[in-house]
Amino acid sequence: MIAIEPLAATRNACKLCAPLGACLALRGVAGAVPFLHGSQGCATYIRRYLISHFREPVDIAVSGFSEATTVFGGGDNLRSGLNNLARQYHPELIGIATTCLPETIGEDVGHLLHDFHPEGDVPFRTVHVSTPSYRGTHVDGFHATVKALVEQLAQGGPVRGHINVFPGMVSPADLRYLKEVFADFGLEATLLPDYSETLDGPQLEEYQNIPAGGTPVESLRAMGRARVSLEMGRTMADAGTAAVSLESKFGVARRKLGWPVGVLESDRFFAALSELAGRPIPEKHAKERGRLVDSYVDAHKYVFGRRAVVFGEEDLVVGLTAFLAEIGVQPVLCASGGESGRLEEAVKAVAGDAVDGIVVKEGMDFATMGEMARGLAPDFLIGSSKGYSVARELDLPLIRVGFPIHDRIGGQRILHLGYRGAQQLFDAVTNTLIERAQERSPVGYSYQ
Amino acid sequence: MVLYPIADALHLVHGPLGCAAYTWDIRGALSSGPQLHRLSFSTDLREMDVIQGGEKKLAKALCQLIDLHHPKAAFVYSTCIVGVIGDDVEAVCRQVSALKGIPVLPVHSEGFKGTKRDGYRAACEALLQLVGTGSTEGISPVSVNILGDFNLAGEVWIIRDYFEKMGIEVVATITGDGRVDDIRRAHGAALNLVQCSGSMMHLAKQLQEKRGIPFKRVSYFGIEDMAQALYDTAGFFADKSPGIVGRTAALVSQELSTIMPQIAQYRRKLEGRKAAVYVGGAFKAFSLVRALRQLGMDTVMVGSQTGLREDYEELRELCDEGTIIVDDSNPLELSSFLQEKRVDLFIGGVKERPIAYKLGVGFCDHNHERKEPLAGFTGMLNFAREVYNTVASPVWRLTPRGAMRDRS
Repeated sequence: MIAIEPLAATRNACKLCAPLGACLALRGVAGAVPFLHGSQGCATYIRRYLISHFREPVDIAVSGFSEATTVFGGGDNLRSGLNNLARQYHPELIGIATTCLPETIGEDVGHLLHDFHPEGDVPFRTVHVSTPSYRGTHVDGFHATVKALVEQLAQGGPVRGHINVFPGMVSPADLRYLKEVFADFGLEATLLPDYSETLDGPQLEEYQNIPAGGTPVESLRAMGRARVSLEMGRTMADAGTAAVSLESKFGVARRKLGWPVGVLESDRFFAALSELAGRPIPEKHAKERGRLVDSYVDAHKYVFGRRAVVFGEEDLVVGLTAFLAEIGVQPVLCASGGESGRLEEAVKAVAGDAVDGIVVKEGMDFATMGEMARGLAPDFLIGSSKGYSVARELDLPLIRVGFPIHDRIGGQRILHLGYRGAQQLFDAVTNTLIERAQERSPVGYSYQ
Repeated sequence: MVLYPIADALHLVHGPLGCAAYTWDIRGALSSGPQLHRLSFSTDLREMDVIQGGEKKLAKALCQLIDLHHPKAAFVYSTCIVGVIGDDVEAVCRQVSALKGIPVLPVHSEGFKGTKRDGYRAACEALLQLVGTGSTEGISPVSVNILGDFNLAGEVWIIRDYFEKMGIEVVATITGDGRVDDIRRAHGAALNLVQCSGSMMHLAKQLQEKRGIPFKRVSYFGIEDMAQALYDTAGFFADKSPGIVGRTAALVSQELSTIMPQIAQYRRKLEGRKAAVYVGGAFKAFSLVRALRQLGMDTVMVGSQTGLREDYEELRELCDEGTIIVDDSNPLELSSFLQEKRVDLFIGGVKERPIAYKLGVGFCDHNHERKEPLAGFTGMLNFAREVYNTVASPVWRLTPRGAMRDRS
């Protein structure tokens, strides 16, 4: 049933809170440790949630508000927490994200940090970002943190040849892929954040308090001297982002690109890189594109006209919509828990011929999504693990992409971007549909 | 969180979205009937709600959800922010309760007001509002409540079955596979059996004080502790239920004869291997040390998050000399223990798993996310199998740590 009056409660949320995004982004800076200024529970649950997806240690420090802290302010907790953390972890940088509590009692964390002098001998930098859970989603917390890092660390100076890349909340595999592509174009790129190694690392002999990898703080500082910033994500705002800040402060040109999901969005991405690098698309990638389109032709009959419910972070939803539309799948519902106000426009810009058949919904929860999906006769769902309850209820396959993947392994290794990512997505979609047909077939054909 | 397994109640988290989202259906607390507890409801407070107060949104959310799902009761969990903005959650609960005719119970679980322990107490207080509101007619004098088992992977069903075979009526299971109406008549039981002492002890003590119902601390984990729990309970009812001790002995010996041959096989493979244990409650740690001993394994490190001083003294007595005992540890400490000691197996919660794995150490989850029942005699066999599958896996040889060990 579809509720006539919108419900006051959110049922099975399709979003997470801003401090989670902050912690994730901070994991992508070398030598950094995320520190939540707030209640113990915030850190515990966010740790657990990230660990279940990445299957890597994720340490998050917390000041741990008590009743007294809430009344008298958290300054002492913050200071002693930072000193403890510095002593145990020797971080190069501590990223402090404020949760609901300090924000509501009106604590001026910026001021507290300004007056803070570390006890130990080892110096560390602090970066502060305001991420109360009642404002925005995890994606907003992620972007706010990237912006805070840039605003508080980047410096100006003579322009160097490198470029800045703000990839958004993509997977470690996506980050590795992007780095490879930039290297293949001969472009020196600073990705922020870069958790490709910190959240997808090898077995260790010696435990590392802070996992190796991440954007070096030195590179972060040099972001003010880059020749251009690439900001990835069609639903990114045109104000208040890291790239906007670098543009206004240091004059670093900003260029906004969609997530390169599928052939067409990847073509736009590769064209932009080609222009920046002043050289054609490297043969390796041109061949990947060739193989991808070849496979689209081989398998077009299996996917054409099928109907999909797409959900997740807004930029992922836009990218997936572009991909599904170009292979002839009709996205019937494109939904996100996010509320950027820009999802519909972005989806429509990439949906091509499929545009008329799409319902776009921001601020969705899974219960409402399930109720709506029932009337839209989809063939499959594509999005995170959290769509499982809807998939099970409607007896539909769920193709797992994005974040979080809690009921399968390998969420950190899912490649969504570029021709290579599209190849994996396409094979997954096609084979899921074939498998379903095979399972339901009374004959049981052994070839397709 | 300990109230969540009550399957026919509505559980609404009053606060910003995160508080509810991270806990949506993350526990394997099973229900034999309604599945309402597996849905995650949040008032999803926004900036304007924080400024203007969330009472109206809470009342509206409660009324709509009660109309939609027809629960037998509703629990409203207060989060940090609600404590700060000063919503009168009690008043809203009273109003909605009067309007909808079901108990609507506030749970004072603001994060900054203490630790998990205080949250447990708040949960017990909410339960105490329910217990005593139902009729106790027809309840047998040989009856128990099962407290502090959350029916992870169906564990409470295993335990319930044992008691029923012994001729004992189980009035309420609190909270695993729990039902509001059963909890309302829980004061009719003759005895409370308390597992997971951290979470439900307050309820048991209050019921003893206010209603004169005695309680026993039990553990259903491991052969020794499980058998002890059944014998203790049988002993309690020996006067009222002739033959119960004999029935219990027969039950235990039958269960043992089923599992022991297989346990012995695992033991042969596991003899002398080393384990580390870090779990939530101390009582669970005791059981694990005994169960590992049953499998021939040595526990070289043991600790808990919420243990009390007397618990640690008991642990010290139980363990071998040289066993490291830790209290409320952190990732750094745990990783250094794992590196110092040659450990084949680490038993902990889901947050410890990546630390163990990163260092090439086997891991078993003994926390709320487990999918196989570990309680009861059957559970012990599952436990032995899981320990064996973990320790015997060939993958450890490929890790740097395993390679190093092979060289030495």
